Amino acid sequence: MNLGPHADFIVAAYAVTLFVVAALVGWVVLDYSAQCRTLGDLEARGVTRRSQRKG
Amino acid sequence: MPIIDLANPTRFLTIANRALPWLIAVTVIVFAIGLFYVMNAPDDYQQGATVKIMFLHVPAAWLGMLGWGLMSVAALGTLVWRHPLADVAGKAAAPIGAAFTFICLVTGSLWGRPTWGTYWVWDARLTSMLVLLLLYFGVLALYWTAEEPGRGARAAAILSLVGAVNLPIIKFSVDWWNTLHQPASVFRMGGSTIDPALLTPLLIMALAFTLLFATLHLAVMRNEILRRRVRSMRLMQAQELAEAT
Repeated sequence: MNLGPHADFIVAAYAVTLFVVAALVGWVVLDYSAQCRTLGDLEARGVTRRSQRKG
Repeated sequence: MPIIDLANPTRFLTIANRALPWLIAVTVIVFAIGLFYVMNAPDDYQQGATVKIMFLHVPAAWLGMLGWGLMSVAALGTLVWRHPLADVAGKAAAPIGAAFTFICLVTGSLWGRPTWGTYWVWDARLTSMLVLLLLYFGVLALYWTAEEPGRGARAAAILSLVGAVNLPIIKFSVDWWNTLHQPASVFRMGGSTIDPALLTPLLIMALAFTLLFATLHLAVMRNEILRRRVRSMRLMQAQELAEAT
């Protein structure tokens, strides 16, 4: 695949897009594991939500 | 299943947990197909290979606008029906929409330099897109800095509705003003002006990015529901400690 005289601009555009998408995906994955870990810690300490107590 | 059942956060989490692996798989497959088409797409007769930037820039622009549209609909749910999932949906769309708007601006700038001879001009399309990014930053600031989440949600919802005025300005800016940015060439009266050899990879990449947006939105909504559960449990814990002392 020949990207011609402006290859740098094309590669930079795809690199920036990949970086931003990867950062978004990384943030989502790390945030999910952090929330699950915190919820697990709270439940292990016997803390429950109000709705769970009513049930 | 009645649609109202989806509005229950616990039911929503169950559905999201089931749907996410499938959405991820379909997104990866459609991206693989799209990138195959992109690699084999011919050069444009005027722009040469730089036309490949279009396959990122155009879907990112559409999704930057779609994100704000979604936030505006969610804002109605927050302000009119005061439904917590509406606020979750709006808050989750903001960082994703901002990221796609940022990609649109950066890729557009990198496309503009070899095509127009400049990275940036203050023309109506580019400026209104920059305003959209600034509006996203405003909404994110409201969510992240509000001491009381409910107050932040209402303020963000109002800004989402006010900012929706910018969407038709972005869309029609190339018709209303004399701009360096080209006029609409995909969705226009009389059909697309893009050759099918370039339009096909563009539409496949647009579908892939839309699936990515949907996957990320569902995942961020799931995280936000869990975050609110953590907050609620911490408040209960603090209340119990206060009552005990």
